[in-house]
Amino acid sequence: MSHPGTLAWFARHESRLAWRDWVSMMTAGRRRRMMTVVIALIAFAAFMHLIAYPIVKNYAAVGHAPEKTALVVMTGMLALSWSLMASQAMESVTRAFYSRSDLDLILSSPASAQRLFAVRIVTMTLATALMSLLLASPFINVLAALGGLRWLAAYAVVLAVSLTAMAFALALTIALFMTLGPKRTRLAAQVMAAVIGAACVIGLQLAAIDSLGSLSRTEILGSSALVAIAPEPGSLLYWPARAATGDLTALVGVVAFSVLLLAAAIALFAPRFGDCALAAGGVSRTTARRPTTSNRFRRSTPRRALRMKEWLLLRRDPWLVSQSLMQILYLVPPAFLLWRGWGEGSGAVVVMVPVLVMAAGQLAGGLAWLAISGEDAPELVATAPVSAHAILRAKVEAVLGAIGLVFLPFVAAIALLSPWHAAVAALAILAASAAAIAIQHFFRTQAKRSHFRRRQTSSRAATFAEAFSSIAWAGTAALAAAGTWFAVVTGAFAVAILLIARLISPKA
Amino acid sequence: MLSVQGAVEIRNLTKRFDRPVVENLDLRVRTGEFYALLGPNGAGKTTTLRMVVGLLRPDAGSITILGIDALADPIGAKRVMAWISDEPMIYDKLTPLEYLAFVAGLWGIDAGIAEARALELLDWLDLGGHAHERCEGFSKGMRQKVALAGALVHDPRVIILDEPLTGLDAASARQVKAVLRERVANGGTIIMTTHILEVAERMADRIGIIAGGRLIAEGTLEELHGQAGERTSTLEDTFLSLVSNEPALA
Repeated sequence: MSHPGTLAWFARHESRLAWRDWVSMMTAGRRRRMMTVVIALIAFAAFMHLIAYPIVKNYAAVGHAPEKTALVVMTGMLALSWSLMASQAMESVTRAFYSRSDLDLILSSPASAQRLFAVRIVTMTLATALMSLLLASPFINVLAALGGLRWLAAYAVVLAVSLTAMAFALALTIALFMTLGPKRTRLAAQVMAAVIGAACVIGLQLAAIDSLGSLSRTEILGSSALVAIAPEPGSLLYWPARAATGDLTALVGVVAFSVLLLAAAIALFAPRFGDCALAAGGVSRTTARRPTTSNRFRRSTPRRALRMKEWLLLRRDPWLVSQSLMQILYLVPPAFLLWRGWGEGSGAVVVMVPVLVMAAGQLAGGLAWLAISGEDAPELVATAPVSAHAILRAKVEAVLGAIGLVFLPFVAAIALLSPWHAAVAALAILAASAAAIAIQHFFRTQAKRSHFRRRQTSSRAATFAEAFSSIAWAGTAALAAAGTWFAVVTGAFAVAILLIARLISPKA
Repeated sequence: MLSVQGAVEIRNLTKRFDRPVVENLDLRVRTGEFYALLGPNGAGKTTTLRMVVGLLRPDAGSITILGIDALADPIGAKRVMAWISDEPMIYDKLTPLEYLAFVAGLWGIDAGIAEARALELLDWLDLGGHAHERCEGFSKGMRQKVALAGALVHDPRVIILDEPLTGLDAASARQVKAVLRERVANGGTIIMTTHILEVAERMADRIGIIAGGRLIAEGTLEELHGQAGERTSTLEDTFLSLVSNEPALA
């Protein structure tokens, strides 16, 4: 039994909260779902092992002294993982500063807040690491099964990468706090987290497009051009990759470095964590505006009032903007591909159309959740003299308007190259968006907009239906853009997904 | 001045969830009347009011608002009503003026009239200085006053309030009560639930006491004292006496 106020006591408290939070997230608050969740996780793990096999089988034979190409590819993949983990860690740290939850209790108690924050940083690190380990495990297991148990060292490398990502995220967020102040850090950190998460993937895709004319990241990592300019195999840069293959010296070095780095970050920043949290809590959230009353009261219909309200709220919520930013950032590579392929026929366009459709479906799903489920004053809207149909129609128009604003420039650019492909893209974007909106309508719940991050845990069925629907519409668009009638089959599949979603929805 | 015409007429209203919550409720509130609906927790007060404003569909019965059948023509009934709950229905990211413009748009109010009324209401509620600040930093009292302004900006003839004074400080509560009195003085009808019996005692023309989903007593303060057989007691004594004799709905 640990004594109150000690590191162990705080660790026990934090681990209990983290476990319950995870269970709640996985089961959407329904404990009876636990068995279903466990079975689904096992099935997912088995499926992921099947996916991992063709991807990593060629690397299983890599020995203790891998050749330069293998080192470059593995290092590139680890860098990709690191950027995603750093993004996740940065978001966790920012959230810890700004979500008050128990901070007022902790900071007003006589217990050492520094100890708690040290434990909290470790908990956030482990949460990030756990997610990464779960995602990496099928690949590591397949490598270990095919190439020997030495590959299990990769687990330690993934953990080490998480520790360095958290140390980096902690340093960067605190630095933002000190330079920008608590008022601006929240948005800046969110945007930076989105950019860091996407930068590596997008950077590699841009390089692949520039040198190979494709969107493939693995192709560029293994390309002779990159290998030629990469450091020689003896470089320290490859230690994480060597460690993953079971090189004991590299493994000890990488793990020791990462542990020391995080320990130093905790020692340095945990005492400042409390100050930052206090400063974040003291930020005045009121924003004085210049008087603009005359243009606010306009001749309006209820539908127009609802549309304007949705757009205004969306524009004003930095959290939501940053959440959506990631999806929009991934449009940069296809845009670059389009620009590169300008004047070289419609080859690039065929690749771009499904990417746009997929992005539109995902973005529409998020926006539809905000408009339909994330209505902060549902009773006000419900008691207004407007029919439920008109309210829904206005909200759908608001979502489609936002989608149009983002995707119309792309479609217009495609139209200049190929009107047929532009028509396919426009129709598929509309279909994917409409399907995502319909799914959000079928599974609508009442939630606060601030719970946007957790929307995917409210209904697993809705999340999967939305993802499969976007994929199906993207596939349909790709096939239609390629000029094959097989698009009709995938289109029918996309419609079937929508019908199934309707059937299994609580509103059915 | 009270009118004999019913502003809100409820007949045989019934609502069941896993158990009956409101059962065969009859209620008539006159035009220009301030009506307080009291009852213990779980008595069915909020459920009743939510059915009146169209947030819940009754299982049986009828609701008429100023002669409009609220079940057959919910839009028409909503046009003359406003609903205020204990949790202010506002948007954190909108300023009070933007919020009022949105509400005016929902009710289809002429922009010029709405703007003048909004500015007047905000000044009246001491929110004029905050008209261009987003509501996210407002206290509970300020938020409730913004919600109240939203309810009044479309000039409703019937206002339904569910515990509107919960969590308000004395100054805010006084302002809200003053606004409600003024509405009644100008011919508006108010139905309000509250656990603050002193408010009902001072403000209401008539009081209805609901328990177990049924109206067990109704009348002026004096009439209620009479029904409880305790002529010199306070409303609190009368209320407790009346509800303690009433078995809860199974």
